[in-house]
Amino acid sequence: MAAKLAVWKFASCDGCQLSLLDCEEELLTVAAAVDFAYFPEASRAEDPGPYDLSLVEGSITTRHDAERIRKVREMSRYLVTIGACATSGGIQALRNGADIAEFISTVYASPQFIDTLASSTPISDHVKVDFQLRGCPINKYQLLEVIGAFLADRRPNISSHSVCVECKDRGTPCVMVADGIPCLGPITHAGCGAICPAYRRGCYGCFGPADTVNLPSLKNWWHRLGVSETDITRALRTFNVNAPEFAEGSAKRVP
Amino acid sequence: MSREISVDYLARVEGEGALYLAIDGDKVTDLRFRIFEPPRFFEAFLRGRNYLEAPDITARICGICPVAYQTSSANAMEDWLGVELEPGVKQLRHLMYLGEWIESHCLHVYMLHAPDFLGYQSGIHMAKDHPEAVTRGLRLKAAGNRLMQLLGGREIHPVNFRVGGFYRAFEKAELAALTHELEWGREAAAETVDWVSGFPFPDIEIDYEFVALRHSDEYAIVEGRIVSSTGLDLAVSDWPAYFAEEHVEWSNALHARRIGGGSYQVGPMARYNLNFEQLHPAARAAAVGAGIAGGTRNPFRSIQVRSVELVHAFATALELIDAYQPPSAPYRVGSVAAGTGHGASEAPRGLLYHRYQLDGEGTIVDARIVPPTSQNQLRIEDDLRLMVPSLVQLPDDELKWRLEQAIRNYDPCISCATHFLDLRVERHVSR
Repeated sequence: MAAKLAVWKFASCDGCQLSLLDCEEELLTVAAAVDFAYFPEASRAEDPGPYDLSLVEGSITTRHDAERIRKVREMSRYLVTIGACATSGGIQALRNGADIAEFISTVYASPQFIDTLASSTPISDHVKVDFQLRGCPINKYQLLEVIGAFLADRRPNISSHSVCVECKDRGTPCVMVADGIPCLGPITHAGCGAICPAYRRGCYGCFGPADTVNLPSLKNWWHRLGVSETDITRALRTFNVNAPEFAEGSAKRVP
Repeated sequence: MSREISVDYLARVEGEGALYLAIDGDKVTDLRFRIFEPPRFFEAFLRGRNYLEAPDITARICGICPVAYQTSSANAMEDWLGVELEPGVKQLRHLMYLGEWIESHCLHVYMLHAPDFLGYQSGIHMAKDHPEAVTRGLRLKAAGNRLMQLLGGREIHPVNFRVGGFYRAFEKAELAALTHELEWGREAAAETVDWVSGFPFPDIEIDYEFVALRHSDEYAIVEGRIVSSTGLDLAVSDWPAYFAEEHVEWSNALHARRIGGGSYQVGPMARYNLNFEQLHPAARAAAVGAGIAGGTRNPFRSIQVRSVELVHAFATALELIDAYQPPSAPYRVGSVAAGTGHGASEAPRGLLYHRYQLDGEGTIVDARIVPPTSQNQLRIEDDLRLMVPSLVQLPDDELKWRLEQAIRNYDPCISCATHFLDLRVERHVSR
């Protein structure tokens, strides 16, 4: 019998689960090998579970979702988070430490209708996670690798070095050394294929922190390029703001 | 005697939504299209950010239409900065947006909407009986993604988009490499129009107020003025004077309406009915074959309209590549001073309006973002109210499916609208 795959959504933009539908050449092959047992973005069919592999997109931002993720864990043999929201809390974690009442009233006329938690937290804060796939958004080929690996009961072959290594692989000259463009590549987790430097801009850290991060050294580099402390803080406070290595380096709120 | 139907999570839409419906006999007593997608507060955390960050941050509102967010936010910033884009940069912006239209429309036509007409739970289920069609749809979708990969670096949350232009521009030969696949796509899109035109369409016409952008020289996508089927013709900055958003208890998405009026529709049907004459001749020819060249007010025919727009997108992309002249610089910079900028563009699902207030350092002081699905939300409820009386004789499962299909006519993007579906129907039969 084909393995049962489930795709779950929490607070997110839908982009990471779209990555699965963006595997245009591979989708029907994957569908022949696994049973899309629960994937509401793509199908009305609902298999009540249990599931062999659950892919979880999005962060936990409501009491209801904090309960729901526990049920997902109970129904899943393996649980893999896909993307920055599920893995670190996402850009919506910019609310963490801010005045949530002020946030709600900025957007909504009737704050009393809104049920939300004061913080946005990663899935691993709530349940055991078997693997975390990074990226805002994830890389679809890495997603196929992860699905294949878990269905074969092996470890996914996903590197945790920095984006710098990917620039070297790709043959992109260092934008920071050669052009003086501030780049988060040295502290950012690989996986995108070092796209930004290949497009003449610095990495903006959407895959979150690499395995070993030397933040003080990177800050020195950025200071030498004339970047203000405020702008360094802004650069670290984006799609992985709640990842510990980035949060520490930007403890202060953007003014 | 009462009858209750519930669909707790609407499938094949982007995001989380539900419908609650109470019926007494054949009268709708309550109808609530609920968006329970958790709020993420983009307008709040945009405050304090630098204007250059707006395209990258607002892209994260929606993984299906990031280029729409990048374009509307950049339009607003360029309005504020007083930057006029070079013609080559405008061509690249248009081309990249067409890539997103192709990807999004193919996803909806083939994977999300067609299964309703042919009676399948999903595009993947449909592929077993209709392998040729689904394979064509996926290849078309991939062609759109290839445009975005080249121009944006990647298809979801592209990295190359910058206020004032792009981080890097392109040589003509780089774009020309896509021509062969786009030529195939133009023909396959015309086949798509023929394919969907054979679907069974419910017989219904609705008197909509359509609202869309209009541009003097082209079928408006990237920029334009706001026009409507009741004669509005507005600068983008006038949006707040004519439209308002209200906050209702059952939805985490704000409901937009005409000030002093009711619901209206944005999206493919609105663009098509308002700007038909500006479609590419190949798209108009396909519309004649589909029998909708005089316009259509049947919301179920939106799948034909999206398919005609696909022909337009492929044909226009080919012309843009042919006419492309590389700009002298990838982007332009403007002078930063305190002020306000307005921007709008036609996301695949319809008009997307952004407004930013900025200080003298280029820091965002206030942001307002009105996505297409919040604008269509009230109209979706009105459509369902109109349709239910003729459908009440259907058994629960069929009624539920038909109402879901009616919601999917709008290709609602719930992730966007939350600043969305479980479907529940309660029937009371009074005697």
